[in-house]
Amino acid sequence: MIKKFIHQFASPKTYLYQVSRFYKYIFYFSLVIYILSIIWGLFFTPEDFVQGNSYRIIYLHVPASFLSQTLYLAMAISSITYLIWRVKLAAYLIIAIAPIGAMTTFIALISGSIWGIPTWGTWWQWDARITSTLILFIMYLGLISLHNSFSNHEKADKLLSWLVIVGAVNIPIIKKSVDWWSTLHQSASITLTDKPSIDPVMLYPLMGSIIGFFGLVICLVLLSSKYQILHREKNKSWVKDYV
Amino acid sequence: MNPIRKKRIYSILFVFLFSVSGISLILYSLNSNLDYFFTPTELKDRNIPADKRIKVGGMVLSGSVERISSSISFVITDYENSIKVEYEGIVPDLFKEDSGVVVLGNLRDKILFAEEVLAKHDENYMPPNIEINDDN
Repeated sequence: MIKKFIHQFASPKTYLYQVSRFYKYIFYFSLVIYILSIIWGLFFTPEDFVQGNSYRIIYLHVPASFLSQTLYLAMAISSITYLIWRVKLAAYLIIAIAPIGAMTTFIALISGSIWGIPTWGTWWQWDARITSTLILFIMYLGLISLHNSFSNHEKADKLLSWLVIVGAVNIPIIKKSVDWWSTLHQSASITLTDKPSIDPVMLYPLMGSIIGFFGLVICLVLLSSKYQILHREKNKSWVKDYV
Repeated sequence: MNPIRKKRIYSILFVFLFSVSGISLILYSLNSNLDYFFTPTELKDRNIPADKRIKVGGMVLSGSVERISSSISFVITDYENSIKVEYEGIVPDLFKEDSGVVVLGNLRDKILFAEEVLAKHDENYMPPNIEINDDN
């Protein structure tokens, strides 16, 4: 039964109809959560004992950085799915996610720079964390332009999938950069193993902002994948019915 | 699983391991060159030419900060070794005793003449009125 469910959902047509059905619920739900968390974080949490008010950009910086890496992992999973089972939907998802990933990485870099000026005293330094994140951003741009440069979609999908898998090695490097080398960037405040080193009054709105931002970005991915499907299957009869 | 898919899984694993080992070799050979700064202990046995700019990071030793008009001097320590720093200019707001700092400058006669002083903060966030307790 599970197999049947996956097979149905992996058909671009079913996916598209299901997405159209659930899209607005996910969107409004995460929009409300994100806005509430931002208001909570900006106006109802105390200042930080070292950084004062400037730490509050954390409610944008951390969700964006988290998503920039998570979206790459999602691309890697789609790539593996496409290369092994040749699921067309997975191929559409890879190229649908790439620009959203580039966008979140860009937000992470910009918000990090803005945060760096009042705290570190600089907006850019070539430390391991910042540089590896810049490499991630360039990788996203490279993958997008590579895919656009092919006129044969199937060839582009295959090459893209392989490159996504090769580049996946950068994700653990970004994650561990602050532990492996000395960096200007501080180490992680929230880890799976230890107690968070951020006080609960700031942690809860941060968690909310991560969940809300995650949902909003998922909505962008859904829209972008919808566009990919309509674009790539435009000659199919069901697409004409849908439009 | 059918043999074609099995073969694809193996080739994906192969490509990924190839990429991981390649990058690991590069990172391994770059080793400490990827470090953003030296600690005073790392500098102790090194001969750094005076015309080479280096970054040194550590904590500002408490009680070591001295301000004379627009210049400031302090000691960077990693609690094993320390280096004296001379700087002319404005330090970031977060610069204070017992907190992290990264200094770019030239080392002459065991004194670091700084061009740039950056503050480094740690991963702890908490409201100001909470007493820091060490029992966790």
